[in-house]
Amino acid sequence: MNVPAQEAPFETVRDVVVENPVISAQKLDFWYGQSQALFANDLDIAPRKVTAIIGPSGCGKSTHLRVYNRIFEQYRGQRAGGRVLLDGQDLLAPGTDSIALRRRIGMIFQKPTPFPMSIFENVAYGVRLHFSFSRKELERKVEESLRAAALWDEVKDLLHKPGTALSGGQQQRLCIARALAMSPDVLLMDEPTSAIDPVATARIEELVLQLKERLTVVIVTHNMQQAARISDHTAFFHLGRIIEFGATAKMFTNPSHPKTEEYITGRFG
Amino acid sequence: MTELRLSHRPATGRKVADVLVRVFSVLSAALGIFFLFWILWVVLKKGHTVLSWSFFTSAPPSPGEGVGGIKYALVGTLKMTGLACLMGVPVGLLTGVYLAEFGRHGAFASGVRFCVNLLMGIPSILVGLFAYTVIVLAAPRHYSGNAGAFALAIIMLPTVARTSEDMLLLVPDALRESALALGIPRWRMITGILFRAARKGLLTGVLLSVSRVSGETAPLLFTALNNNFYPKNLSQPTANLTVTIYNYAMSPYDNWQRVAWGASLVIMAFLLGVTLLLRFILKERHRS
Repeated sequence: MNVPAQEAPFETVRDVVVENPVISAQKLDFWYGQSQALFANDLDIAPRKVTAIIGPSGCGKSTHLRVYNRIFEQYRGQRAGGRVLLDGQDLLAPGTDSIALRRRIGMIFQKPTPFPMSIFENVAYGVRLHFSFSRKELERKVEESLRAAALWDEVKDLLHKPGTALSGGQQQRLCIARALAMSPDVLLMDEPTSAIDPVATARIEELVLQLKERLTVVIVTHNMQQAARISDHTAFFHLGRIIEFGATAKMFTNPSHPKTEEYITGRFG
Repeated sequence: MTELRLSHRPATGRKVADVLVRVFSVLSAALGIFFLFWILWVVLKKGHTVLSWSFFTSAPPSPGEGVGGIKYALVGTLKMTGLACLMGVPVGLLTGVYLAEFGRHGAFASGVRFCVNLLMGIPSILVGLFAYTVIVLAAPRHYSGNAGAFALAIIMLPTVARTSEDMLLLVPDALRESALALGIPRWRMITGILFRAARKGLLTGVLLSVSRVSGETAPLLFTALNNNFYPKNLSQPTANLTVTIYNYAMSPYDNWQRVAWGASLVIMAFLLGVTLLLRFILKERHRS
């Protein structure tokens, strides 16, 4: 039987209370087959802010993020328990339309994944499926998205070149443009700069700071300086639990939990 | 100081073994190529004498009189192969899609994969007999090009299915996830993005299966049979290259034997063309 061993009740250390969260994970559990990866995660994502999820490898950061757009559900044996509220509705409920959900919650992955088509088509492909735009409107949307992803000036003369012809950092910004074109409310970023050089990383960090004026960002990162530079709130994960959640500035200068301090100062992880 | 000893055994034995392995592997490789070129040489030598434009545009010759041409057989083979593609490619492709995208590691997919492998190993003459039983012997009880195309389609099916599966599996899961994460429905992700990402590999599978069936004789022997008339439609016995070669090569007439060699050369040139095309396609993929 898979009854987890009885442990001392666990409490996340919380330094902030999030008002009107966009997303609110409540008692979120997660299993890969028989092995449990997340334990009763409670996390509120503040609107128009950047929330960073940090923690050592295998702590459940990405697993947690991948519940928000239900991308996990295409894999056999992966399942989530508990609730994740989006505007007060449980997105884990059986009736949720994951297509509509993913239109509202975009995702950027570790490796840039341009589609095997032109730069223009990369951005236009999803737009066409969700909106019925005229050619003019579509062109405007593509331009607007590429501008929002700080890529327009670099690609405006190469719109019909394949997306794979761009550099790694440009490809990642193309993926961001592609996600922005769906007019999402939330952008999930799963280690978006770990496969990209430092200069391109700086550009994407800058971009994230601009994006939070119009949408909510949740970013998983291995890079603590990155979390400190760009996020407002930080959640520290360890062994599938959220150890501490608070304002980033506070957490990186004066963490409340000894484990957080150990991780931030580089004593493990 | 101790003396540095690089080897405590004389190196001669090792060196001899090294040379022997090298010599024998080179010889084996040369032997393989030698037979290929021998076959090519014989077919070219015997076949080229009848080749001319009229060889492709003329009716088959009477016994002992001129060389005529292989027009009917060529058209019949092209028609049957085309019809076989229409049947075998979609089913094979969708089987590959099921195995790579939906079934993956499930029990049913494993069963399907096993059956597809089995189907790939079934001798083509058995496939011919099967088509004979279920189509030729059924009403209206006669040989037909349709039955031949059906047999060829069954032979194409496993090749297309397995290569499609393999090529789709080469596409990284990250691409699938990023498409789904955009709210693209799964079927659009498969047809619009995965097919495009794997298009060269998928085309390779189709071409491989076409080249496989273009040389098949056994499945046509008791399905399409052969015909001395132009294959207007495939509901009649249908002339085709391989059975023509088979019949003419065994005939006592010198002119028919020459036509058989000519037809062999045409098939060989076709296969060579397909192989070169494949090399070209795969090279293109390498570059991009």
